[in-house]
Amino acid sequence: MARGRDTGLTAARTPASPLSRRAFLAGASGGAALALAGCATGAKQLFSGGNSGTTITVAIVSNSQMQDAISLSHLFEQQHPGIHLSFVSLPENEARAKITADVSTKGGEFDVVMISNYETPMWAANGWLVNLQPYINATPGYDAGDFLPQLRATLSHKGDLYSVPFYGESSFLMYRKDLMAQAGIKMPARPTWTQVEKIAAQMHNAKKGRAGICLRGDPGWGENLAPMNTVINSFGGRWFTPAWQAQLTSPEVTRAVSTYVSVLQKYGEPGAPQAGFSECATLYGQGDAAMWYDATSAVSVIEDPQSSKVAGRNGYAWAPSQDGHPAGWLYTWSLAIPATSPHKQAAWDFVAWMTSKSYIRTVGSKLGWSHVPPGSRFSSYQIPQYKKLSAVYGPLTLQSINATNSAHPTVKPVPYTGVQFLDIPEFQDLGTTVSQQFSAAIAGQQSVGSALSQAQQYAQVVGDTYRNA
Amino acid sequence: MTSADMTTAEPGVGTAAPRRVAPRKKRGNSIPVGIVGWIVGIVFFFPVLWMVLTSFKTEAQAYTNTPSLIFSPTLSQYKTVFSSGIWPYVANSAFATIVSTILVLLLATPCAFALSLRPVRKTRDVLFFFISTKMLPVVAAIIPIYIAARDLHMLDNIFTLVILYTAMNLPIAVWMMRSFFLEVPGELLEAAEMDGAPLRRTVTEVILPVVAPGLAATALICCIFAWNEFFFAVNLTATQAATVPVFLVGFISSEGLYFAQLAAAATVATLPVILAGWVAQRQLVRGLSFGAIK
Amino acid sequence: MTAIAPPVAAARPARARPDRRRQGWVRRAPLLPALVFTIIVTQLPFLLTLWYSLQSWSLVRPGSEHFVGFSNYADVFKDSQFRTTAVNTVIMTVGTVLIAMVIGVGLALVLDRKFLGRGVVRTLLITPFLVMPVAGALLWKTTMFDPTFGIVNFLLRPFGIGHFNWVGSFPLGSVMIEMIWQWTPFMMLLVLAGLQSQPKDILEAASTDGARPLQIFRELTLPHLRRYIELGIVLGAVYVVNEFDAVYMMTQGGPGISSANLPFYIYQRAFLGFQVGQAAAMGVVVVVATIIIATFALRLIFTSFSGTEQAA
Repeated sequence: MARGRDTGLTAARTPASPLSRRAFLAGASGGAALALAGCATGAKQLFSGGNSGTTITVAIVSNSQMQDAISLSHLFEQQHPGIHLSFVSLPENEARAKITADVSTKGGEFDVVMISNYETPMWAANGWLVNLQPYINATPGYDAGDFLPQLRATLSHKGDLYSVPFYGESSFLMYRKDLMAQAGIKMPARPTWTQVEKIAAQMHNAKKGRAGICLRGDPGWGENLAPMNTVINSFGGRWFTPAWQAQLTSPEVTRAVSTYVSVLQKYGEPGAPQAGFSECATLYGQGDAAMWYDATSAVSVIEDPQSSKVAGRNGYAWAPSQDGHPAGWLYTWSLAIPATSPHKQAAWDFVAWMTSKSYIRTVGSKLGWSHVPPGSRFSSYQIPQYKKLSAVYGPLTLQSINATNSAHPTVKPVPYTGVQFLDIPEFQDLGTTVSQQFSAAIAGQQSVGSALSQAQQYAQVVGDTYRNA
Repeated sequence: MTSADMTTAEPGVGTAAPRRVAPRKKRGNSIPVGIVGWIVGIVFFFPVLWMVLTSFKTEAQAYTNTPSLIFSPTLSQYKTVFSSGIWPYVANSAFATIVSTILVLLLATPCAFALSLRPVRKTRDVLFFFISTKMLPVVAAIIPIYIAARDLHMLDNIFTLVILYTAMNLPIAVWMMRSFFLEVPGELLEAAEMDGAPLRRTVTEVILPVVAPGLAATALICCIFAWNEFFFAVNLTATQAATVPVFLVGFISSEGLYFAQLAAAATVATLPVILAGWVAQRQLVRGLSFGAIK
Repeated sequence: MTAIAPPVAAARPARARPDRRRQGWVRRAPLLPALVFTIIVTQLPFLLTLWYSLQSWSLVRPGSEHFVGFSNYADVFKDSQFRTTAVNTVIMTVGTVLIAMVIGVGLALVLDRKFLGRGVVRTLLITPFLVMPVAGALLWKTTMFDPTFGIVNFLLRPFGIGHFNWVGSFPLGSVMIEMIWQWTPFMMLLVLAGLQSQPKDILEAASTDGARPLQIFRELTLPHLRRYIELGIVLGAVYVVNEFDAVYMMTQGGPGISSANLPFYIYQRAFLGFQVGQAAAMGVVVVVATIIIATFALRLIFTSFSGTEQAA
């Protein structure tokens, strides 16, 4: 019936004068055109109030230390009246996707980007980043020699720094000294995975809601694959032979992954397949786990009495190893300037400020010494207040970073560099796909064997592109 | 019969209205139905309620194994949210939402007019085309859009979002507006035309009064979708044009404890639309039911 | 089929041809701005996508761009993950839309009855639809589903469920629960619109004739509601099939790819793998498949429509 009425109406109606209809139309479309024309004038003035001077757009990862930098950035603006800062801060995955898309397509949205030792060497080789060495040399008192040598090495291309470290980290084992003492367990300074598994078994208490150990299980090449790769390295495994033959089904890798998965399944945290750094930080910080193997920078969460219930009750041991191989990873969030930036000097002024010695002192005195971005400069650990605060974990942090060797990460030779990642452009993708397989194995949806044979296939596809090249 | 008929069906509902004016003498208040209604209503509302409650807690209170309903509320999470510079994001969201909605109405109204009161040929095909653009996965187009925006120097520009949100909401607005146009009583139109009234007067005096509530309803729906949009916003903006959902995601610190903070940020982000939806509930219902409910 | 178009032409058979053409353009003019705008903004990028899909192009390997013809498409059809995510997409869309619709019908029946505080309950029920999807997904992932601190496990604790990991054990289900929560209000409102437009005199007549409530519902109400239900299903499916926010925020497609849908998978290929050509090819395949399914589904659903109307 509805349709009947519809048609009846339209059939009977005759059009009104075309002129007035055109007027009606012109009104509507003219308004639209007017609004669209606004594009030309650009929206930027609308909200930035037409600032004079240079605006530096900074893309960073929304970790707590970076939030501190944002909150202190007005100090930089006071010192540099001509420069205004504007920040984009996103979680790691989003930040990485955005920054990579922008830098690789030369989108030119950012003047300063936070990247890591994964991107820096590749992007420098691609010509996407500004060589910072001339700027460093022209900045008295910046003292790049104060950065930890492993960080400098991993952020350099042909001997020049292309990004400078904001903080650096390795990995180590954190444990509850008090719980271990209660149970009469002595944690070795350099534990093996066999020992860790045994201790995890003793400390695991499902009834009390306490996990024996917290390990990352969530997918992502920077998530479960980071600790997993250190285990693979320490068991003598590798991703590829020097001729790019994938090695993920080798006995060493199988043993390593099986160990990680079974420890996590038997004595790990609930929700392990989704648990990453922050989930583990929460659980451990709330006292719901006895051990946690993760980044050395985790101390800023678990030793902060504001957010953690276990501050001051923790012991630290070297990253668990097997067969005596060093196992800690090497990672650094660093600042770089995309080649597209039109304000390179102003961008460098900000980069230099945020990675300087004086910034570290500023953070310590304004926000508290536990907020110091760790593991970037030797001099930080000589500041009396920070030295005292970090007495328990500071020395091991430095030692762990110093013990890494990203140029030769594995026992057997490999064609790639990088400890917990492979420094090739395909690794983000490959690593994520492989980590998804591991995550599914941790969830019990598939066996370690089938996860690894899947992973082997993906890895071989990537390996083939290098063998043929 | 295809898509077009779904909405042509609606005016029938409109004509049925007088019949249903008769008082519903059937049953009065039903207590069992009421109990069921209240329980389900509370269940559906609970996540939102819990979000608001959590936002007034400290992180330590938010992380208890036995969730606490009674606690001494703190505003500290809100202080954190508001001190972390949410206002430019709100301004961007508001701008993109309002301008795109105005554009949608400007484009959709004449379009719906041409598809209802003075239907062109192939009305059905045009309607199908509009709705089919909504079925295209936007992810498939994001890289071309990104590169086009880069080449036009419109990355991180709020007008990029305005244009995309307009395109995103236009199909649904055309459909809605069309169903409202179909409610215009034919006799009125015919009478106006027989008097020789010019179209402008017909539009302002006959059509608009009938369609106005529908216009409001359509605007509300467009506002909701534009305010809540995340995918384009996160991929095409950086600092100048970033909107509230981007702020929310950026706010999730990837390290450390964050339930209560997150709840506060989420409350601030969602509240405008929730309040607007509650206040303008009549419009919302009308819009979503394509005009069937007055 | 549609009775709209033919009468327009039939009404003025005597008109001269050029005049008729002019008339046609005058009629068409109001719809052109919207049509042109939509074509430019939605179809041009798609043409570019078509072009990219014929390239091998990795954003992170500069200079890698070269024409490869259809080999990206061959890869798409060989990709078992693509198939898995396609199946996930179907499950997610069909499951979410149908369950939301069933609950929506139930709630609409409740709200169609008078009870104390009906307006308030309707307000409560509408709310999930208004919540920003990103915020909703985050809420469900954290405050609701968190194995240790989530409220769901707390409420189920009396039933012997401890630190159960919902998102990990039922990733697809968890995402769907969140989406059902968001979409049920929409379905409910549509169906409620249908219920309230039902001619009450017929219902009363049936009731006085001694028909049982269930019988009335099945034989009178349901056929009447049909068009509203179909509209809800189509519109719901249009949005749910493209859902990105919930998957992205709750599971990132994991564990494995068990909760990844096509939009998320393509996004990953584009913004994690930076394989522009491959992502574009997947996009094209999805678009073509969607159009085919949509055309058939729309036709299938609405062919029997008129028949039922007459019966009712």
